[in-house]
Amino acid sequence: MNNYNLQELNNLVPQVRRDIVRMVHARNSGHPGGSLGCAEYFIALYKVIMNHNTDFSMDGIHEDLFFLSNGHISPVFYSVLARSGYFPIEELKTFRMIDSRLQGHPTTHEGLPGVRVASGSLGQGLSVAVGAALTKKLNQDSSIVYTLHGDGELQEGQIWEAAMFASAHKVDNLISTIDYNGRQIDGDVDEVLSLGNLENKWIAFGWQTLNCNGNDLEEIIRTLSKAKEMTGKGQPIMIIMKTEMGHGVDYMMGSHKWHGVAPNDEQLEVALNQNPETMGDY
Amino acid sequence: MEIDILGKNDTRSGFGAGLSYLGETNPNVVALCADLTGSLKMNDFQNKFPERFFQVGIAEANMMGIAAGLTIGGKIPFTGTFANFSTSRVYDQVRQSIAYSGKNVKICASHAGLTLGEDGATHQVLEDIGMMKMLPGMTVINPCDYNQTKAATIAVADHVGPVYLRFGRPKVPIFIPENQKFEIGKGLLLNEGTDISIFATGHLVWEAIEAVKELKNKGVSAELINIHTIKPLDEECILSSVSKTKCVVSAEEHQIAGGLGESIAKVLASNSPAPMEFVAVNDKFGESGKPADLMKKYGLHSSNIVDATLRVLKRK
Repeated sequence: MNNYNLQELNNLVPQVRRDIVRMVHARNSGHPGGSLGCAEYFIALYKVIMNHNTDFSMDGIHEDLFFLSNGHISPVFYSVLARSGYFPIEELKTFRMIDSRLQGHPTTHEGLPGVRVASGSLGQGLSVAVGAALTKKLNQDSSIVYTLHGDGELQEGQIWEAAMFASAHKVDNLISTIDYNGRQIDGDVDEVLSLGNLENKWIAFGWQTLNCNGNDLEEIIRTLSKAKEMTGKGQPIMIIMKTEMGHGVDYMMGSHKWHGVAPNDEQLEVALNQNPETMGDY
Repeated sequence: MEIDILGKNDTRSGFGAGLSYLGETNPNVVALCADLTGSLKMNDFQNKFPERFFQVGIAEANMMGIAAGLTIGGKIPFTGTFANFSTSRVYDQVRQSIAYSGKNVKICASHAGLTLGEDGATHQVLEDIGMMKMLPGMTVINPCDYNQTKAATIAVADHVGPVYLRFGRPKVPIFIPENQKFEIGKGLLLNEGTDISIFATGHLVWEAIEAVKELKNKGVSAELINIHTIKPLDEECILSSVSKTKCVVSAEEHQIAGGLGESIAKVLASNSPAPMEFVAVNDKFGESGKPADLMKKYGLHSSNIVDATLRVLKRK
């Protein structure tokens, strides 16, 4: 775990939220809801938890790796990558523009540092992370592989193929997290296709589980730290992270409607007023 | 034509032998299989290198994703399952996690085409070359016999980038010399001729050899070129041959749509159009039956290559 200053991290949260709403507003496209809900998770991961090198190499030998499986929340990923030093913060301006490295969904194709696989078509990231975790073991590299998934994404069958494999093959250098905000494009997850008892499903698939409030920065840091202690024990780890879609922007919270809709000029102003500029806008 | 039969074996065994060779020679090579280890002839690799072999069960989508991930940190994964389950079943995984992500995965696909036989059309994929060649950056290879498949398997390990390597189930004649170097993207001249260019891939190369003999008896001088790499296509080789013969027959165990013939036709249309006939499956699903019977019923026999040649010669 890296040394950190909690006050600085807390300051970063509204700045990342500003980045998210500004990026999405600028293009009038993108996914603000899930991005806003995961700001604390990304900050905890990149600023505190992971041992990683911003001098990016695809192979990431002796580094912890992160895979974003629900690629549509690229705004929060890009903001935190930039503010961790992977690429210039100014480049956030190019989000979703032609000739940009910041594609609508993250990809390796344009060579954006920090991204190790394309994601967007849902359900694929856990398998990729399992493969990367196996290579770490083959390379006798004791680093950890992290993933993030949407809750709606768990409706994809491939997730459960990977879940079964990871426990059967004792992939215990893997810490996955579900962004359990209960919302997806068409409505509440419970209404679209209920996940049932989510924690019991993962337990039944042979995973160790943890629960936390993902919008409480200290709690997500504690939970990820606890998860690290649980690695190397023959089982993968799943954190069921409760979040609020749209967290930090009051009119976006509590609804699926801001999954993939950009704020207009007035709405942007309201969102920015609720998230003061703390570290300098891009 | 001087082509000796060196024996008979299945191309999948050539893959298995090539994979075992790589196991001995390249420590970065790893293999994955989706519950078809015996069918893919991967047992030897599995037994010799258990720590580098991953049995993923009947979960092909997961296998493709895991393979993509294994490349991160320097491994060279070879996935093994039937051609149908290597392509159509997992197209989105191959597209996003492997091809678009530029991952160095070797997708090795057995039991391609009608020669899978009795299992029928559910398993007889005839669209796989088309699907795979459409993916940007994907190399597509369909070797013709045991020796070529073994050599191709070894060669693709040194190629950086995703590869689709397609082979089959039945025992077929071996006629490519052992240890002939496999050059990705290079057409292989098997017989020089002046009247017609026959471009064949996979199991149809042997049928084309038989056809060339028959055509010789009919006074037709056929040039036979083995196009084992459908993508990248050896355009120079194709254009050079056709500039001499002025007409073309393509032969493959695949649908006409999306196949080798279509790729050749594109090259000709863009450079120097020539009359062409396609020996391939014409917009039909296969069915259960003995491989040889199916090849006849669906028009993939040497006699079909002869007939196609006689037809196209009239259009010169």
